[in-house]
Amino acid sequence: MCGIVGLFLKDKTLEPQLGAMLSEMLVMLTDRGPDSAGIAVYGATTKGKAKVTIQSPSPTTDFAGLEAELGKKIDAKVKLLAKSTHAVIDVPADKVEAAREAIAELRPSARIMGAGEAIEIYKEVGLPVDVVKRFDVSKMTGTHGIGHTRMATESAVTTLGAHPFSTGPDECLVHNGSLSNHNNLRRELVREGMKFETENDTEVAAAYLSSKIAHGLDLGQALESSVNDLDGFFTFVVGTKNGFGVVRDAIACKPAVLAETDRYVAFGSEYRALTKLPGIEDAKVWEPEPSTVYFWEH
Amino acid sequence: MTYHNPPTTPRRSATFDDYTMSEIRRAAATGIYDIRGSGAKRKLPHFDDLLFLGASISRYPLEGYRERCDTSVTLGARHAKKPIQLKIPITIAGMSFGSLSGPAKEALGRGATIAGTSTTTGDGGMTEEERGHSQTLVYQYLPSRYGMNPRDLRRADAIEIVVGQGAKPGGGGMLLGQKISDRVAEMRTLPKGIDQRSACRHPDWTGPDDLEIKILELREITDWEKPIYVKVGGARPYYDTALAVKAGADVVVLDGMQGGTAATQEVFIEHVGQPTLACIRPAVKALQDLGMHRKVQLIVSGGIRNGADVAKALALGADAVSIGTAALIALGDNDPRWEDEYQKLGTTAGAYDDWHEGKDPAGITTQDPELMKRVDPIAAGRRLANYLKVMTLEAQTIARACGKNHVHNLEPEDLCALTIESAAMAGVPLAGTGWIPGKGSF
Amino acid sequence: MSVTTLAKAPQREVNYSPRVFDLDAAPLRELNLALHQVADAADEPSWEVINPKGSHAVAAGVAQPIAVEVRGSVGYYCGGMNDKASITVHGSAGPGVGENMMSGQITVKGDASQYAGATGRGGLLVIEGNASSRCGISMKGIDIVVRGNVGHMSAFMAQSGNLVVLGDAGDALGDSIYEARLFVRGEVKSLGADCIKKEMRPEHLAKLKELLDRAGISDVKPEEFTRYGSARTLYNFNIDNADAY
Repeated sequence: MCGIVGLFLKDKTLEPQLGAMLSEMLVMLTDRGPDSAGIAVYGATTKGKAKVTIQSPSPTTDFAGLEAELGKKIDAKVKLLAKSTHAVIDVPADKVEAAREAIAELRPSARIMGAGEAIEIYKEVGLPVDVVKRFDVSKMTGTHGIGHTRMATESAVTTLGAHPFSTGPDECLVHNGSLSNHNNLRRELVREGMKFETENDTEVAAAYLSSKIAHGLDLGQALESSVNDLDGFFTFVVGTKNGFGVVRDAIACKPAVLAETDRYVAFGSEYRALTKLPGIEDAKVWEPEPSTVYFWEH
Repeated sequence: MTYHNPPTTPRRSATFDDYTMSEIRRAAATGIYDIRGSGAKRKLPHFDDLLFLGASISRYPLEGYRERCDTSVTLGARHAKKPIQLKIPITIAGMSFGSLSGPAKEALGRGATIAGTSTTTGDGGMTEEERGHSQTLVYQYLPSRYGMNPRDLRRADAIEIVVGQGAKPGGGGMLLGQKISDRVAEMRTLPKGIDQRSACRHPDWTGPDDLEIKILELREITDWEKPIYVKVGGARPYYDTALAVKAGADVVVLDGMQGGTAATQEVFIEHVGQPTLACIRPAVKALQDLGMHRKVQLIVSGGIRNGADVAKALALGADAVSIGTAALIALGDNDPRWEDEYQKLGTTAGAYDDWHEGKDPAGITTQDPELMKRVDPIAAGRRLANYLKVMTLEAQTIARACGKNHVHNLEPEDLCALTIESAAMAGVPLAGTGWIPGKGSF
Repeated sequence: MSVTTLAKAPQREVNYSPRVFDLDAAPLRELNLALHQVADAADEPSWEVINPKGSHAVAAGVAQPIAVEVRGSVGYYCGGMNDKASITVHGSAGPGVGENMMSGQITVKGDASQYAGATGRGGLLVIEGNASSRCGISMKGIDIVVRGNVGHMSAFMAQSGNLVVLGDAGDALGDSIYEARLFVRGEVKSLGADCIKKEMRPEHLAKLKELLDRAGISDVKPEEFTRYGSARTLYNFNIDNADAY
């Protein structure tokens, strides 16, 4: 089980504080999930460029020389910025797929956390306060982001088991709850060609949404379809390049609070995650209805 | 010469056996699922499939009496200011006033107190009799919250949050109208004579993240004095145990499918939840993986019948066991002396399980004032104490024979198994071999 | 000579200024322990909790008729199992506010999250903002008055007590209800199994007026409400009702 936070900024002047605000919200929910934590930050985009976030269990050996090797292999200008066990690699936007394949070949023990024009994903085993410190999240700037702190239910406590899960460009998902038909769904998605790294139910939900989007649905439609196709208890918060969405299952037992002002839309599993946000006293605060998709876009 | 074809011998179907066919006829007649009490009745891999190795040349036994074999247990030292001390590693499981008569509950309290162990309330709440007669009382905190109040919470010795039970993991309590007498109705805030529908989920929390907050609240209300138990049925014992520990439980109570109930659907009892034997090793592994074995105690229930079962459960890693059905039998449930009356009810001694009807000839699972008189709480309490004592002596005998000065020092390596299933479930070798089937999956 | 027969009564020291607890400075455990240790409410009738910042179980298990003002928003189970105390939350409350309340009063100035008043057995819970889903779930005698709306599955399996909603109610109101009474002034999105509209008789109007008075609400009239309650068709199992289960 878990704690989720999300922040979507309407006021650009808050963008330099996105990382700091999100970190503070996440740390507030530490007791909901002591096993691992993760954050996805949507930062500035540069035309023609994309970012691939990777994670490695042996970062010093894996990241050393990777920038040059990768650049050579995909024949492009590549820049690698290492952050503890993760690294963000800038590549040309049209070389993302090639880069993913190349990384898998060059560094088989590394894992792709996410890829896209705006997204960077960091997740590790450990308490939220340690995870955000490790990756210097408080200094990050961006337009929106989501975070998650995890108490594993049926799968292992590992880096890969942590959320957010990304299965599409600039797309990621965090989940609080427990799905009950994810094994059947996983088998169907595997038949469609999707790859899975973990036994985690959330990874199945992320892949399901990506599969729907790949079949032509927009994110809102994919989320609506998930309410029918996914069984169990869930509150989902999803991030895309330009926005973020929230949906709860029909029974809606897992907690969820939204707050909106002129400057931001915020989500937290508990209201206390939102108490430090500017202007929260006058914000419109409500709990999302079951089976209803809420979505904000830039 | 005429030659008659010899008829084939009439053959009954194993798939459509007598019981199954009678159940189909009953369903067709009534349009309602079959409801009954007790636990899973079908044959399952169980403790009888395990044997102790004992002592010989490489291991030495302890003498009886003089060479102590200790049986005491401390429960709940993880967080509680007042952990529970028991003289024996056998407790009385939760059974409600409502499903059981007042005298039966009193007998359980008396017997447990003589033996130096605890009883547990059930889905009806705490009665004055039970608190009065039971020296150590565990107060159940169930989805229904019937009768729940802070005064009883504070005068309990421990609090047991019931997430599920072995007979029906995922099901709620059930008490049919016949047993909702005035007193029961008042305790449960229900109209008299209606069928009680119980919730299967707790009303104000779902999931281990919220359970953690609920446990915090209960500790705050009781000033951190009482051990908090979390009880689950045999669903996913590894994860359930790990999550109970992460949510802050002091004790985990694990109830296998042989665990009884007062009333639920027959399909639930026989087809949902794992056998007790299959639950223990995963639960112990979860505790060991978290470094919490013996720090968070494990109580196992569901078909515990004698000292050998107690010793085997402890050898597999449990800290204590709990008995329900066996305690009722000690009090006199299903006793052949009432055979005439069982026959009138269409059953026979040993098979009677329609406890929800409230017509128990033994006077135990009933609210009928006349039938209730058949249980003398003092005599029945004495019987329970005797039975608990015998189980304890049996467990000690076995432990001494294995060279242990405390029953907790029994280990899986003291056991072997007679069948492949029980070897795999218990994680002990098949007798005569070094083979543990299924090893490596947990 | 004038003789007075009046005995001199010892002057009682009453501390009228509130005892203040700062949850930034002291742990929750100390606050609740101090509240539980009040032997005589007359000695320390007034308490204030500052900087609650979404803490859980604030003022849970109080058993004396004291007044507790909580300055800020709280997390789960504020005032859980409250008996006799008067607790006011000057902010919002998380899930389970007033759960299993025995008696006394809890007022939430802001909104309440899910399960407000769950399994409450007595007392009065007033929510001046909105309550979320499952308000009054399994209630067993508590009275709940909500100025705003209540969410889906409110009064689920409600056994006894009264739920008064000035705003709207969400889906499945009163599903599997027993004998609790529901009064809703706004719209009901849908009714749950065995919950039906019922006739408002003089005794119901009187009860509703009493509840509104106790909640300090005078800007609405009992006549503006509709009563809902159990149809009592699910009290004993009947196969023909299988769809309702």
